[in-house]
Amino acid sequence: MTHAPSKAPALWSDYVLLLKPRVMSLVVFTAFTGLVMARTPLNPILAAVAVLCIAVGAGASGALNMWYDADIDAKMRRTRGRPVPAGRVQGADALTLGVVLSLFSVMLMGMALNWLAAGLLAFTILFYAVVYTMWLKRSTAQNIVIGGLAGALPPAIGWAAASGTAPPNAWLLVLIIFLWTPPHFWALSLYTSEDYAKAGVPMMPVVKGAASTRRQIFGYSLALIPVCIAPVFTGLGGPIYLAVSGLGGLVFLLLAWRVLRSHAGEAKGERNDDGLYDVKASSKDARNLFAFSILYLTLLFAALLAERAMAMTPLELLR
Amino acid sequence: MSDPNSESEAFAKARRGRNIAIAVGLLLFVVLVFVVTIVRLGGNVANRAI
Repeated sequence: MTHAPSKAPALWSDYVLLLKPRVMSLVVFTAFTGLVMARTPLNPILAAVAVLCIAVGAGASGALNMWYDADIDAKMRRTRGRPVPAGRVQGADALTLGVVLSLFSVMLMGMALNWLAAGLLAFTILFYAVVYTMWLKRSTAQNIVIGGLAGALPPAIGWAAASGTAPPNAWLLVLIIFLWTPPHFWALSLYTSEDYAKAGVPMMPVVKGAASTRRQIFGYSLALIPVCIAPVFTGLGGPIYLAVSGLGGLVFLLLAWRVLRSHAGEAKGERNDDGLYDVKASSKDARNLFAFSILYLTLLFAALLAERAMAMTPLELLR
Repeated sequence: MSDPNSESEAFAKARRGRNIAIAVGLLLFVVLVFVVTIVRLGGNVANRAI
């Protein structure tokens, strides 16, 4: 996994890029929601430390992923500019950063909050770096389905950090993200499958074809929406959440239906540039579902937070 | 052909930037551990048996 040194010197910002800041932002948001929904009074400094540990842990697993996947990343348009394949950062340095930050984040979580949260954080990092990156990603078309567990766990870590427990409602939030991942990621991979094929990654459209992927996207969407509405019946969500999850769910299903009826993923050269959203007409439905899936998940968790904030007294909000 | 002097200068500048980032990171970590310790001890320091 070593790469030739680049002529360009490694800046500190290259090391920040190793932590995948964009992925980190969604992780922080869902973890924070879990922390708030635990409804356990927690010192705000400790709450901030918990979110920081989860963010750094997620970043560490991103660095480990970039170290191990540098050979794949170099072959894909979306990822070839990353610091390791571009030669700005040595693979060994990315590995060291990932290991050091993993240890720091897990140990600090254990000492500052509790060891259940630390254990869940350690499991998440190991699952993403070892089970997903080193094993599943290169060996099975179910890679992002199973590997999606790593991205789904942050609400449970946040919940555990606040309360020291991980009750069924925490796992319901995990299940929402877990079932959301396949339609979200496969919608993207429908119009990036050429890249994955070139890199030898067995993504679903590469292995089973576009038509099978579109059917599976619709199937997972059908399973996802009831689970998204379920928090209303378990005491987590209220009327705002019901409206957001119900109406958003209908839009999600409509977009997934359009993907099913489309020819997304069948034409060559689906994308026009290196960006994620500039696609050919045949893949617009897949692009729309990909974009809306991010909005839907964000709105779901934002609705939970909004309802919780409205239920609290001003004094509680400050605590 | 690039100028080797300006190249090594750029590398030295980048290294300095990285070193400062590590120093800031370590300092923040030390402060964080101190603050967490104080928060977790809470009033127990004053209430302990002497």
